[in-house]
Amino acid sequence: MKILVAVKRVLDYNVKARVKADKSGVDLSNVKMSMNPFDEIAVEEALRISEAGKADEVVAVSLGVSQAQETLRTAMAMGADRGILVESDAELQPLAVAKLLKHVIEKEQPDLVLLGKQAIDDDSNQTGQMLAALMDWPQATFASKVEVGEGKAQVTREIDGGLETIEVTLPAVITTDLRLNEPRYAKLPNIMKAKKKPLDVIPVADTGVDVTPRLEVLEVNEPQARSAGIKVSSVDELVDKLKNEAKVI
Amino acid sequence: MTHYKAPLRDMEFVLNDLLDFPSHYAAMPNGADATPETVTAILEEAGKFAENVLAPLNAVGDSEGCQWNDGKVTTPSGFKEAYAQYVDGGWPALSHDPAYGGQGLPHSLSTVMSELINTANWAWGMYPGLSHGAMNTLSEHGTEEQKQTYLTKLISGQWTGTMCLTEPHCGTDLGMLRTKAEPQADGTYRISGTKIFISAGDHDMAENIVHIVLARLPDAPAGTKGISLFIVPKFRVRADGSCGEANHVSCGSLEHKMGIHGNATCVLNFDGAEGFLIGPENRGLNCMFTFMNSARIGTALQGLAHAEWGFQHSLAYARERLQMRSLSGPKNPDGPADPIIVHADVRRMLMTQKVFAEGHRMLLYFTAKLLDITHHGSEEERKRAEGRLALLTPIAKAFMTETGFESANLGLQCFGGHGYIREWGMEQNVRDSRISTIYEGTTGIQALDLLGRKVLGSQGALLKDFLEEAGAEVQALAGNPAVAQWVPLVGKLAMELGEMTKQIGAKAMANPDEVGAASVDYLMYSGYVVQAYLWLKAAAVAAEKADADESGFYKAKLASANFYFSKILPRTRALKTTIEAGAEPLFALDESAFAYL
Ligand SMILES: Cc1cc2nc3c(=O)[nH]c(=O)nc-3n(C[C@H](O)[C@H](O)[C@H](O)COP(=O)(O)OP(=O)(O)OC[C@H]3O[C@@H](n4cnc5c(N)ncnc54)[C@H](O)[C@@H]3O)c2cc1C
Repeated sequence: MKILVAVKRVLDYNVKARVKADKSGVDLSNVKMSMNPFDEIAVEEALRISEAGKADEVVAVSLGVSQAQETLRTAMAMGADRGILVESDAELQPLAVAKLLKHVIEKEQPDLVLLGKQAIDDDSNQTGQMLAALMDWPQATFASKVEVGEGKAQVTREIDGGLETIEVTLPAVITTDLRLNEPRYAKLPNIMKAKKKPLDVIPVADTGVDVTPRLEVLEVNEPQARSAGIKVSSVDELVDKLKNEAKVI
Repeated sequence: MTHYKAPLRDMEFVLNDLLDFPSHYAAMPNGADATPETVTAILEEAGKFAENVLAPLNAVGDSEGCQWNDGKVTTPSGFKEAYAQYVDGGWPALSHDPAYGGQGLPHSLSTVMSELINTANWAWGMYPGLSHGAMNTLSEHGTEEQKQTYLTKLISGQWTGTMCLTEPHCGTDLGMLRTKAEPQADGTYRISGTKIFISAGDHDMAENIVHIVLARLPDAPAGTKGISLFIVPKFRVRADGSCGEANHVSCGSLEHKMGIHGNATCVLNFDGAEGFLIGPENRGLNCMFTFMNSARIGTALQGLAHAEWGFQHSLAYARERLQMRSLSGPKNPDGPADPIIVHADVRRMLMTQKVFAEGHRMLLYFTAKLLDITHHGSEEERKRAEGRLALLTPIAKAFMTETGFESANLGLQCFGGHGYIREWGMEQNVRDSRISTIYEGTTGIQALDLLGRKVLGSQGALLKDFLEEAGAEVQALAGNPAVAQWVPLVGKLAMELGEMTKQIGAKAMANPDEVGAASVDYLMYSGYVVQAYLWLKAAAVAAEKADADESGFYKAKLASANFYFSKILPRTRALKTTIEAGAEPLFALDESAFAYL
């Protein structure tokens, strides 16, 4: 069995995001970039499935700028066997990413595709779902447990109000949630080996996929600063304020 | 409470912008794998381990300490597991010989990587740190069989190592040491004696411990010329490499000490333990000298570690602690008071820690790079690097640890009374840092080494060479508007250092105590000047990049350099005065007149 894992290069989760002066987006110059944490979980899961003897190849795929090769090396340092970068300097929105992944899938023919449920930069939470639709494959999103069997996978999903366990036939798309696993630390010898693992770069133009953005960003702003709270003297006053000032009940 | 964060941005600045490690590695025979991307990947991963695994154990190590029970030593909760994870990650092997299982990366990368490990948790970091000492000894002086038996296990991290020099009656003066080594018919030796203060001397983290022991053969000449070096394993090693019966070496007790509680400081009793000679008879101290520089640079790192740790924690506190108003009007008008970072004196304390942490990083990596060259350069490059390193090592060791301790102390002061209370960890940082000016040669001994052996011992040649070359680099910056104003000052201090050296040399002809009298002030003076040289270069690089960089990193670097030149470097004025005051005030009192009690 072959597993494909999609990994995205994003602003490191430790870095405080700064909005560019012209409000066109977040400033990414000279800041630390890392693998999207949800994707790290996806890589970890793929490796665990493979280490349990249920898969024989784990391929990491990234889509975006040339530096995303570093993100692929990170995945390979964790243990992925090889990497594929579909290189594009242009902004790639979820639909374009899903179409590009489809392109890669048609070539690679994996039995399972793992992705993070969302990327921490734009929080879209769309790519996995779109990809499943484009492939016409079953999908299991927000996975907190994955059990791969013969031609099938049992996936426990985190849903509002609890957990749901479903079974999907393979090939399928699974998107990972936070509680699925705790990603490993890369070992030094594996970091060194990762340099030598194959990494294919495919120019986006060669895929024939139309990646033109469908959404237009009008403006990006810092979140509003939180204003100081006030103390209320009674429950009645609280209820009154919630009703009449905040208008939330 | 804040947690330690790997300062990767500044590390990369020093590695890439300032010292051009990428070309340095590209030119090294074992540097091909150390591409900038790989270096970053290694430091990021080691940084994660340091932040998430080691930093949380720092306070645990202090409060639990090591326990001695019936000859067995247990380390604080979590230490053993963290060590297993470190070994599993392959980290001990980083810079060691691939022939024995090492990863073969440059030594300096190991130093840079250990900044992360050791800042997160100094006491823990000493266990793998001491192993490096033992590994270096074996690599340089061990026989092939000794390497196969011991070095491979140390490189894999399965076993750890120690360095056993100190005895109750001798620390600095190793010529007096008494531990005996009696040759046996089978070519082994029986080692008997007591060693004290042995770091990582016993613990529960690894299945065996390889002690490197200084001892004396029966017919050995007295003094330092009669000391030999031995391997003494805690458990004897069977022919198949596994651990056999216990050797006759036992941990008699643990010292109760001021800081680094997580590291076991042991009294080790050798009662006819089986030992193996490494290197030639009676040449033990010479053998040790071959990696003295690397051991001392390893301790210099402690100055950086505690400055960085204290800085990060006091900075976070100073941004949050609200107390009093800024003298120039409220900066947090909606709050009950301003955060203390608005106050000039708090800024003085933060900036001082910051420039020492960053300055020490520059000096540490600078010496680590020289150390690489002494192993791999051309004949001429090696010689030059050796001379430079001989001069800079005692400066790095003593200057970085003295000012590292000062920084840790300032970090505590930023917290006011809360700094004195355990839960914030600031007093631990002070206590932990205190040992750094003592072991691996006290500040006094480093200063004598610098002024007596290195500077005067070379008739000033080592110093002159360095000042000439650094001086040329400094002068070349005179046309750079960002740093031009500091160039003449640094040039003047370098000249002054040369002149003072001559004066001390002249005075010492009449009275040898003049050397000792000047030595520590002279070392500190040299430290400030060497760091000024690095700060000038840093500022010049930063000035070039500042405009194009929206993050503000390079502008901050320029402000730090400015602080260093205006508020720290002038300390040389006082040092010059005290150096020139000479030995007379120190010897004015007869020993009997020191106190009237
Ligand atoms: C926590 C801890 C861990 C240690 N770990 C190890 C270890 O792993 N292995 C090991 O072998 N040792 C270890 N040591 C020992 C350490 O290296 C010695 O304590 C140190 O070298 C100083 O020796 P001493 O304590 O005998 O002091 P002394 O040599 O008695 O020195 C006392 C004072 O006199 C000064 N002094 C001595 N001679 C001169 C001189 N000629 N000129 C000017 N001043 C002088 C010194 O600077 C010092 O201030 C450790 C010590 C401690 C406390």
